[in-house]
Amino acid sequence: MTSETGTASAAPRRTVIPIAAEPSTGLYRAEKKIHPREIHGRFATWRWILVAATQLAFYGLPWLEWNGRQALLFDLAARRFYIFGLVLYPQDFVYLAALLIVSAYSLFLFTAVAGRLWCGFACPQTVYTEIFLWIERRFEGDRSARLRLDAAPWTFDKTWRKTGKQATWVALALWTGFSFVGFFTPIRMLVQESAALSFGAWEWFWILFYGFATYGNAGWMREQVCKYMCPYARFQSAMFDRDTMIVTYDGARGEPRGPRAKSLAHADLAAAGKGECIDCTMCVQVCPTGIDIRKGLQYECIGCAACIDACDAVMDKVNYPRGLIRFATENGLERGWTGGQMLRRVLRPRVLVYGGVLLAIVLAIGANLALRRPFRVDVLRDRGTLAREVNGGRIENVYRLQVMNASESPQRFHVSVAGLEGIAVASDPELEVDATGQRSLAVRVQVPLEAAGRAGTGARPIEFTIRRDGDDRPPLVERSTFLIPR
Amino acid sequence: MSDFFSAGWSIYIGVVTIASLLGCLALLVITSRARVNPKDDTGHVWDHDLRELNNPMPRWWMALFVITIVFAFGYLVLYPGLGSSKGLLGWSSASAYRDEQAQADAQLATVYARYASTAAPELARDKGAMAIGERLFMNNCSGCHGSDARGGKGFPNLTDNDWLYGGSPETIVETITHGRQGTMPSMAAAVGTPDDVANVAEYVLSLSNSPHDAAKAEAGRAKFIVCAGCHGIDGKGNAAVGAPNLTDDVWLHGSGRAAILRMVNNGKTNVMPAQEHRLTSEQIHVVGAYVWSLSHGGAKN
Repeated sequence: MTSETGTASAAPRRTVIPIAAEPSTGLYRAEKKIHPREIHGRFATWRWILVAATQLAFYGLPWLEWNGRQALLFDLAARRFYIFGLVLYPQDFVYLAALLIVSAYSLFLFTAVAGRLWCGFACPQTVYTEIFLWIERRFEGDRSARLRLDAAPWTFDKTWRKTGKQATWVALALWTGFSFVGFFTPIRMLVQESAALSFGAWEWFWILFYGFATYGNAGWMREQVCKYMCPYARFQSAMFDRDTMIVTYDGARGEPRGPRAKSLAHADLAAAGKGECIDCTMCVQVCPTGIDIRKGLQYECIGCAACIDACDAVMDKVNYPRGLIRFATENGLERGWTGGQMLRRVLRPRVLVYGGVLLAIVLAIGANLALRRPFRVDVLRDRGTLAREVNGGRIENVYRLQVMNASESPQRFHVSVAGLEGIAVASDPELEVDATGQRSLAVRVQVPLEAAGRAGTGARPIEFTIRRDGDDRPPLVERSTFLIPR
Repeated sequence: MSDFFSAGWSIYIGVVTIASLLGCLALLVITSRARVNPKDDTGHVWDHDLRELNNPMPRWWMALFVITIVFAFGYLVLYPGLGSSKGLLGWSSASAYRDEQAQADAQLATVYARYASTAAPELARDKGAMAIGERLFMNNCSGCHGSDARGGKGFPNLTDNDWLYGGSPETIVETITHGRQGTMPSMAAAVGTPDDVANVAEYVLSLSNSPHDAAKAEAGRAKFIVCAGCHGIDGKGNAAVGAPNLTDDVWLHGSGRAAILRMVNNGKTNVMPAQEHRLTSEQIHVVGAYVWSLSHGGAKN
């Protein structure tokens, strides 16, 4: 298998740490289970805030009500997508594309500025792993206790701890699957169905499948997903540059690492021939992907900053200044810049382009949504009957107007036509469409024979104007053709 | 399976498929014996210092490969895949389609069952039934009769109260089910000389008070007797044979002297195709009620 690793660059102030050689191994290697140590600190707090925010949104949103219906509901069977006050049709799919483009550009922007922020703090894989780890700790204790337990024989104590953990995991995973389906089937209906377990076949499938994916990915696969499955992990490195804030170990400060007497003060380090790193390996023990950040930037690093919290805590304990491991840019580390100096490089062309494009797209979509017309009309000219002569010396064409009402109240529409001399709608020009419904209306359009003669034979362009009652915006205009026979 | 000329192709494909699967399995076993040294890099370097290392793959990945191979064997046993083998489940796309069709029919049957015992005039007041009727009409009838059911030249208007074969709900259902073939024979020889034909045409024009030559019409009156066999002595037509009323202002194949002369001289055969093999009798009942409602003030948009 291939893997990339960025090694330290040739910089005068920085000591290059050799990568420890691993023994040769089979082409397929059993991955060791990683037991990250629990960590508290600035970044850990931020991560928990984001876990709470994202999961409050995920588990909570399906329960919100809006005008007597679920506020956020993607009704696939009826092909109506409700987002608070907005009702979208399949024809509005472009907004989904827009959302994906915005997400992609946001990812580009965040990554260019501060590396894999998304991975470390908001990605569902990280968030659910964090929650599943929390459950694991409640049952099995912290890292060292879990390592002991895994090595221990199967006693009653081990059995109930493992069983309890698994049961809680499965319950949470099923609830996650249930909430996911709740975005597509009204969740209150799902609750009623769950009383008798009378879910539909697809509901069963998605609850179990999504639950299984959550359980498998957050309980068992964890960092394997980031290392081997996730495509973003790989292409985010293409957005890094030497001014991207990344989690780094300051080798110049830290090396040579090693144990030392507790009494050795910071001021005396140079004289004693020691760096600041006391080689306590806390940064390795807390790492959820099991790497040693002191080896430099590695593709496995998800930028979660757990090692920063761990190292800061140790530095506090030994009375050294914080920041041996910190968010810094490659340029900054090399040239010994302060945080302020590095921040000044944030507004560089790459970031400005990403930011500018993102802002333009967001503004365009926002304007488009705000100006969006709450109805839609398609005009189809009858193909079977081309044109006919009717009593009173008129040529008649028949059209079918498909009117879609994207608002949540019944609406009346009025149809008129223009484009040829004497052209008029001969059938009832009014129609009413139910809330979020659609109707088709057969519309007969007539042109006097003499006017038709002057216009000439063939398909002549005409325009339908569809006005919604009580709508003061300019009406909707749809183009079509009127056929004048020879 | 007619795609193969002989069993040879079927066997060939079966052998290639099985051999490929076994080949994949063998490849997995052989490569798992290989040794790699993670510190060896491949010699590829990008961006000055980005090196490609030679790390081992995770073992679960190999397990996924094995699972796909096991799945493939299971699939080939159960489903068609090995040449012309039909698989243990006997599944085919055609049978899946038939099953879904039967399922949909069963669902629809409960809807139509409610309408089957309801008479057309009552059905015409049922909004749900008329919505279904309109959709059936759009999909099956509007191609000729138009979205608004007003037809065109050669295709009767269904919204007026002028019917070739009668406009009772029962007759409409009969027309839709079995179709109609309306024939106007060429009558020139029976009528007589070209002058006689011209006179008959004037007489026909006079029946509907269209502009005509009164003297010629009077001369044609006697010759109309050969037309009266179908159109009636008064020219009001005969629904039993689908002969149109010549005294009103409805002209299916065009109005005026030239059109009438063309009909008398050349005749015309017009066909309404039977729908009994496309629609069920319950569907015909509903769409028939919809058509009936069009000339009875109902089913307006």
